[in-house]
Amino acid sequence: MLNTYVVYVENKPGVLARVATLFRRRAFNIDSLTVGRTEKPEVSRMTIVVDADHDQALRIEANLYKLVNVLFVENITNEPAILRDLAMIKVAVTQEARTQVFKLAEVFNARVEDVAPESVTIEITGAEDKIDRLLEVLRPYGVLEMVRTGVVAVRRGSKSSAVSTGTATGANAAEPGVPNEDVSYSV
Amino acid sequence: MIKSGAQILWECLEQQGVTEVFGYPGGAILPAYDALKYSNIHHILVRHEQGATHMADGYARASGRVGVAVATSGPGATNMVTGIATAMLDSSPIVCITGQVGSKLIGSDAFQETDITGVTLPITKHNYLVTRCDEVARTISEAFYVASSGRPGPVLVDITKDAQQSTCEFDGKPIKPQLPGYRPDLSPTSEEYKQALELIHNAKRPVILAGHGIILSGAMQEVRTLAERANIPVGLTLLGLGAFPASHPLSLGMMGMHGEAWLNTTIQEADLLIALGMRFDDRVTGNLKTYAPNAKKIHVEIDRAEINKNVKVDVPLVGDLRAVLRELLPHLKQQDRREWIAYIDRMKGETAVRDIQNLPDSGHLYAAHVINDIWRETRGTETIVVTDVGQHQMWEAQYYKHEEPRTLITSGGLGTMGFALPAAIGAKVARPNAEVWVVVGDGGFQMTMAELATLVQEKLKIHIAIINNGYLGMVRQWQEFFYDRNYEATPLLNPNFVKLAEAYGICSCAVTQRTEVVPAVKAARQHNGPVLLDFQVEQEDSVFPMVPAGAGLHEMIRRPSPIVETAADA
Repeated sequence: MLNTYVVYVENKPGVLARVATLFRRRAFNIDSLTVGRTEKPEVSRMTIVVDADHDQALRIEANLYKLVNVLFVENITNEPAILRDLAMIKVAVTQEARTQVFKLAEVFNARVEDVAPESVTIEITGAEDKIDRLLEVLRPYGVLEMVRTGVVAVRRGSKSSAVSTGTATGANAAEPGVPNEDVSYSV
Repeated sequence: MIKSGAQILWECLEQQGVTEVFGYPGGAILPAYDALKYSNIHHILVRHEQGATHMADGYARASGRVGVAVATSGPGATNMVTGIATAMLDSSPIVCITGQVGSKLIGSDAFQETDITGVTLPITKHNYLVTRCDEVARTISEAFYVASSGRPGPVLVDITKDAQQSTCEFDGKPIKPQLPGYRPDLSPTSEEYKQALELIHNAKRPVILAGHGIILSGAMQEVRTLAERANIPVGLTLLGLGAFPASHPLSLGMMGMHGEAWLNTTIQEADLLIALGMRFDDRVTGNLKTYAPNAKKIHVEIDRAEINKNVKVDVPLVGDLRAVLRELLPHLKQQDRREWIAYIDRMKGETAVRDIQNLPDSGHLYAAHVINDIWRETRGTETIVVTDVGQHQMWEAQYYKHEEPRTLITSGGLGTMGFALPAAIGAKVARPNAEVWVVVGDGGFQMTMAELATLVQEKLKIHIAIINNGYLGMVRQWQEFFYDRNYEATPLLNPNFVKLAEAYGICSCAVTQRTEVVPAVKAARQHNGPVLLDFQVEQEDSVFPMVPAGAGLHEMIRRPSPIVETAADA
């Protein structure tokens, strides 16, 4: 099944390569991986979606923690969470079809970002399956090009996956980034 | 005070307690070598950078301190790869320092430029690229902390030439590591302790699987208390040998592919496995589907990524082994398991009759004789045996009885041929008062024998026992068992090892008879300097028992009894 991880990492050169290498090395197949800045400049946040069974999912989490630059990992697969993907879809349209495509975009709460004589570019944000469905209905018109960002995720409610980043040394290195009580350390 | 990155490097190494480094100079690391004149650190010039990493590894394994290897960029750095991977798989704390081309040249395919941090990403615990002199001190401090804490491992620090040359303010005060995401110290929950105790107290046929983690954690006494109080027999992994005294009545010897038959059977029939600092390697478990089918499993392990990796366990105790056992022991009840232990003893007795040691002298010299005689001669002394990889390694594990931790140094996980000689040099440098024996095959010896020069140059008294059977013996054994005796590429054309040793000024002789073994060993020990003994042993002997790859742990090929002298006689 698809597992979604929220991963906080130190914003340093090469950290993405370390994470990517881990998945390649342990033969876990990444479905999608997004990375971007957070509210703290020294921290980046990744959302990683991986196809893995229960045991593999726990091992992925443990292996991510072994990376020195990884601050915090949470598997939010079974947590209430908002998951969003963004897609831009360029559709071939004739004069006649254009209105129909506009209508479809409207139904899906998508925005038309560009209109050209023979194409329309639609931007949609939403859960992955919503984007899949829009794509489905646009296919008959001819999809010229599509790009998706991959999923980004955040937990619902006031409980956050946020990480504190103090400077840790020696024995208290375990303190910062230690998540809530309900995340089991010993699997 | 204003200092260069190179000066800061050596000062920081001194702060970490480093007294010796193993290295090889070159263009991109030259500023660091130039600054050696300001340092008290003794630099040991090796003959190949792979040797430097194995020496650092041997140094670390013999002493528990971090070993340091130094090399230049490009080929110097890539030559370290095998040694780094060896240290990674055996959790050995080493720090490798490599020079790198100037920071402005990075990415330009400059002369001797290799992306060594990229190359070593999957085989280091962590690595660093240092491009500024003011990053040197903090990086060295972090590198040593990461290498030696938690589950130890290799750390590589790549320092650009300009970072070594440029200067910055350095006050000489130790810098604390800043590693907000690094957490080497986890501990189990009280519920997990309770469950583990319950399993131990209820077990009728438990066995302890003792691994390398015991030695790394320094938990020998705690493990002994656990075994003795609850009367649990102890089997050891290859890297665990020495963690529990071989002469202890509860010791069952080594487990696994070439482990003792009684122990493998014990594991298969056990109702509880207590795995201490071991990782259920495939050489230890055999076929996972049939592994210890009736046993509950407790896994005490510092690296939680090892939990449920190969074997699904019932109770994981994630944390430092010594700390975990200290928490557990006060609640452990005294238990009596006379029946179980008597049952295992009977299996031991049945196996002993097949032992090559118990056979009359047939004029053939077997590797087992050589190793057993070395053990008899050196027992009771502080002796470190460093082995290479292959048949002789397994015979060493079977016939040399290790009583103390850090007395066997061997490449387990990676199985690196060529490891023994350089690792022994590292071990001798770390523990000059210990007697050091290299037990090495004729194949592996030739992979790194260039380091004989290092040994002589450093005036190290090391005894080298070449177990010379004229074959890549373990591969030959597999060809005999599984490839229809098609000895493709395994017979070796060897140099005259005695003359070779003499060329280096090393005292040497060949041994061909069983009666000559003990006198040769005695003479070597008395000689004031390094000695190389060329033991020309039975060519087609095989290591028994053997669990074929992929077979169940109980499905062992046993030594034919009465003994078949050679495969050719069979």
